[in-house]
Amino acid sequence: MAPKFEIENLNAWFGAKQVLKNINMKIEEKSVTAIIGPSGCGKTTFIRCLNRMHELTPGARVSGKVLFDGVDIYGKGVDPVIIRRKIGMVFQKPNPFPMMSIYDNVAAGLKLNGVKDRKILDTVVRRSLELAGLWDEVKDDLKRSGASLSGGQQQRLCIARALAIEPEVLLMDEPCSALDPISTSKIELLIRQLAKDYTIVIVTHNIQQAARVSDYTAFFYLGELIEYGPTKQIFESPKNELTEKYITGEFG
Amino acid sequence: MWMKNSSKNFLYFSSSRRVAGDTIFKIVSAIFASSVLLFIGLMIYELFKGSWLSIQTFGFLGFVLGTEWDPVAQVFGALPLIFGTIVVSLIAITIAVPISLGIALALSEYAPKRFGFATSFLVELLAAVPSVIYGLWGIFVLIPFLRDHVYTKIQALFGFLPIFSGYIYGGGVLTASIVLAIMIIPIVSAVMRELFSQVPSSQREAIIALGATKWESAKLVVSYARSGVIGAVILGLGRAIGETMAVTMVIGNKFKLFPSSLFDAWYTMPAIIANELLEATYDLYVSALIHVALVLLLIALAVNVLSRLIVWRALRLVRGVARE
Repeated sequence: MAPKFEIENLNAWFGAKQVLKNINMKIEEKSVTAIIGPSGCGKTTFIRCLNRMHELTPGARVSGKVLFDGVDIYGKGVDPVIIRRKIGMVFQKPNPFPMMSIYDNVAAGLKLNGVKDRKILDTVVRRSLELAGLWDEVKDDLKRSGASLSGGQQQRLCIARALAIEPEVLLMDEPCSALDPISTSKIELLIRQLAKDYTIVIVTHNIQQAARVSDYTAFFYLGELIEYGPTKQIFESPKNELTEKYITGEFG
Repeated sequence: MWMKNSSKNFLYFSSSRRVAGDTIFKIVSAIFASSVLLFIGLMIYELFKGSWLSIQTFGFLGFVLGTEWDPVAQVFGALPLIFGTIVVSLIAITIAVPISLGIALALSEYAPKRFGFATSFLVELLAAVPSVIYGLWGIFVLIPFLRDHVYTKIQALFGFLPIFSGYIYGGGVLTASIVLAIMIIPIVSAVMRELFSQVPSSQREAIIALGATKWESAKLVVSYARSGVIGAVILGLGRAIGETMAVTMVIGNKFKLFPSSLFDAWYTMPAIIANELLEATYDLYVSALIHVALVLLLIALAVNVLSRLIVWRALRLVRGVARE
């Protein structure tokens, strides 16, 4: 199986500060890859490089290659807008559009793509909400504001919104850090289900979460990729001393 | 024992002092807050008193619906002035809103930070230009330019439409509206820019991550802030309704129910007060002008109350059910 992403010599800066140093790694298709590491290690920046969101920050800069299905997304003539339609993202804090209904939140990405057919929209909205495990909770009142939901529901709404445009990859930036334990376990379950069809890259602060949901784990420290491998191996027999210290809670 | 007592006393004194301070502060701020209402009440009362003669002669509604203004025959009616004020303000806001939206979006969404800061400062500086200077500029620069280069061309193309027919003086309805639009653009665009910059960047990121273009993200920003945008528009309308000097200088000051075209002269409520108060030679004339002022104040208050209601309702719709 060909890797979904091949990252070659990736460097990233905020102004003069280098936050990612020469990252090389491959991300497997239809699997969950967890990015762990202490605060400020560059893990969020790393996934924001995968859908070209990093460059939106003023002063931010990237060098190196990110091959997505073999095509460098930083290559000449590549439109980041198209890239972002194939690589969805879920953010740390749930960010539904408060002025839109639940229905319109999910349909937002489709409408950007010019889909106006009510039947198609209805079908996709329902399927996306079902995938995100939210359908049963909201089906009776899809006209409610997206902001009227609880935090956990909002985050699942954001997942549904990202899934509606049928991306191939889902990037998740600490999706559970603002949620309670019950919502967190719902989303973890969801991630496992989605991994059958999607490539998922999840940044997490929670080491147990990485162990629970991921197939592969990458440990970042001070902008460098310290260790990367199957989650089982990283947690049971880490090769690097730093990795071991981090997952046993000695620092972080 | 001694410690216990003193600490008790200390608590006692401090709480009584705090209560006294709170009460004084409460009373003082209540006085200041209510004085605002008192001022408005006093103002309306004074205007009523001043226009009493006119109200007795023509009736309040009779004056509002009256279409004649003849100081020689001692007949006064304000309807044409009300029309003039509202129509000119509406045209002005129609011109000003798209431009202000453009400025605000350019500064908040597109411009690099430094450039945006400098430019918004300059745009807001325009609001500090005294209105008489806009009037002078209107007379000496805008009127000749519009007359010779714009209006003649519009008439050549669209002269068959009644609103673009008739003699071109230079000054008139459209010129006044354009000057007014320029005068309210700074405040309207500044309020909008402020609103747009308040929109959380997580909203922009959310839509960009869905594959939105910059333009689509800008549209989302406007939609997020739309209640405030409506408020800004009505705020601009309120300014336009009350604007006096610049309008007086360029509108031509002709009392008529409807102008024959956009190029014709007209009159507004503030303009007639500024122009004719010093010439008002008898009590009923003065009273009629004060009556105009009363109507103007009531309309301005109504517009502002309306804008508050719209903004309040829209905000409630957006936030009301939100649990954030």
